Amino acid sequence: MQLIRSFEEQVRNLSAGGAVPGLVHLCAGQEAVAVGVCSVLRPADMIASNHRGHGHCLAKGARSDLLMAEILGRRSGYGLGRSGSLHLVDIASGNLGTNGIVGGGIPLAAGAALSAKRRGRGDVAVCFFGDGALNQGLMFEVMNMAAIWRLPVLFICENNGYGEFTASEDVTAGRNPIERGAVFDISSDAVDGMDVLAVQEATRRAVARARAGKGPSFLVCTTYRYSGHHVGDHQDYKTEEEVKDWQRKDPILRLSRHLQDEGLATSAAIAALTADVDAEVQAAVAFAKAAPLPAPDDLRAYLYA
Amino acid sequence: MPEPRNLTYRGAVLDALFTEMRRDDTIIMLGEDIGVAGGVFKQTEGLIAEFGPERVIDTPISESGAFGIAVGAAMTGSRPVFEVMFGDFITLVMDQLVNQAAKVHYMSAGQIAVPLVLRTAVGVGANLGPQHSQSLHAWAAHIPGLKVVMPATPADAKGLMAAAIRDNNPVVFVEDRMLYNVRDLVPDGEYVVPIGRADVKRVGTDLSVIATSRMVQTALAAAELAAQEGISIEVVDPRSLVPLDIATIVSSVKKTSRAIVVDGGYRQYGITGEIAATIAEEAFDWLDAPVLRMGAANVPIPFSKSLEPLVLPSPRQLAEAAAKLVRGT
Repeated sequence: MQLIRSFEEQVRNLSAGGAVPGLVHLCAGQEAVAVGVCSVLRPADMIASNHRGHGHCLAKGARSDLLMAEILGRRSGYGLGRSGSLHLVDIASGNLGTNGIVGGGIPLAAGAALSAKRRGRGDVAVCFFGDGALNQGLMFEVMNMAAIWRLPVLFICENNGYGEFTASEDVTAGRNPIERGAVFDISSDAVDGMDVLAVQEATRRAVARARAGKGPSFLVCTTYRYSGHHVGDHQDYKTEEEVKDWQRKDPILRLSRHLQDEGLATSAAIAALTADVDAEVQAAVAFAKAAPLPAPDDLRAYLYA
Repeated sequence: MPEPRNLTYRGAVLDALFTEMRRDDTIIMLGEDIGVAGGVFKQTEGLIAEFGPERVIDTPISESGAFGIAVGAAMTGSRPVFEVMFGDFITLVMDQLVNQAAKVHYMSAGQIAVPLVLRTAVGVGANLGPQHSQSLHAWAAHIPGLKVVMPATPADAKGLMAAAIRDNNPVVFVEDRMLYNVRDLVPDGEYVVPIGRADVKRVGTDLSVIATSRMVQTALAAAELAAQEGISIEVVDPRSLVPLDIATIVSSVKKTSRAIVVDGGYRQYGITGEIAATIAEEAFDWLDAPVLRMGAANVPIPFSKSLEPLVLPSPRQLAEAAAKLVRGT
């Protein structure tokens, strides 16, 4: 989680300084969902991520240097520096990519689950999406098919309260998003998305069901994005109290308190880990900044297989 | 060599599906009513009996989601053939086709390929009305990263379907439903026609007609009519729009010095314009007349028996247009 936090902090600085082409969407605050879910997955399990996906990529095993290089548009990045933050693919770690279309990754994960089911090795697929994607029709179509075909897929909703710049409650009907899974008889759980252990536990149950051929699950993880929709969003729609309230529930603070309370780690060990992670991210930034831009010949490369 | 078989166009595509699915068990099919029902045009009949519901998958009427699932399956080791029942309904899968399938190989710098076939039936003439008769293949041809294939004969239909299935890119395979009952000899067993090679369907000297899909039949009939007037038409069938075999088209036009491009899609901003412009760029000095475009009338396709036949150029109209160009009057 600290790696993601530190990575996002650097991306924010680089973006504010003009080093990141285009728009970039940060996930600081939501680390517990990415890490809790991916900690249960095997390399052969596939994820499909969304526009706020750096954390998903890192949690699934992407290299921070190659990720940073792609975000900075450098040739050493995962997509030759041509695709950027919204299209980060790392198939080696089982990552079908972040996605520029809200809800776009949902059917891709279900398709990966269909392939996995045919292969019969017990692999699963996971899609991460926000509360905004709950209102895409595609979501319901895919949930229906995942249920009737008992696909080994996990629908992970990161409910951070906002779809872009609009409060989720202003555009979403129904008492609780969880009911949207229930109508398809999909096992659905409400999860504290600021508690990595709770996310891990709920994911473990869902993955076990999927590997056992019992079909899809839907987890609605309540969480919060500290940043705006993208870097540069002034977030006038948030109140100060709201932000402070959520910062008190910070997933990294919470886990470090838990580790110390239970005698599982000392504050010195946690500080050392944080320093290691910061050094890794600094190295990633240095690598990315030193990497070349794509060359003119890269314009047409890989258009067709 | 086994004897060629006399098959319908529909049967030839089905033959390719059987042959390829026997060869490679990663090939799956998805679509509406393709399993137990055997397809709305009986174009998938018998597949489920041989390959079972794990490989011949009836989807709900959820084109967007189901096609998206097929794209995800293609990204992860399956080779799906996805059927969009009517060509008009590709509007429902456009996001997954354009923003996901067409781009992921490029975006991932080759980490992920999408070996997928989207087959769909188009065509004016069955009184199906404005939302079931359009030919929207130009929409797909506009998008880099997709291939677009339009066979005109049973043999090409079989060979190009096999090629489309074996291709590691998303291929949009467009069938004209009015060709489904056309019969011809089709090679038996495994048969592949490479994507991207045009075929001269009739040799001529006075004018080249570049015709796609069912318009190839119209062009061949027009060539017969024109021959009676002493005009010799060459019929060139591109067979695929992307990639387009420009060399064969241009070499035909350089020989005849005149060209008409005819396609079943709308004439406005359509593929006839693309091909005509390419001819103008590549063979301008050889041309003795302007390149003509003929296509579907720019209207929603009426279902009325008196109006629908007016939508597409007839063999007579095409022959007359050719005669006018050749005689220069």
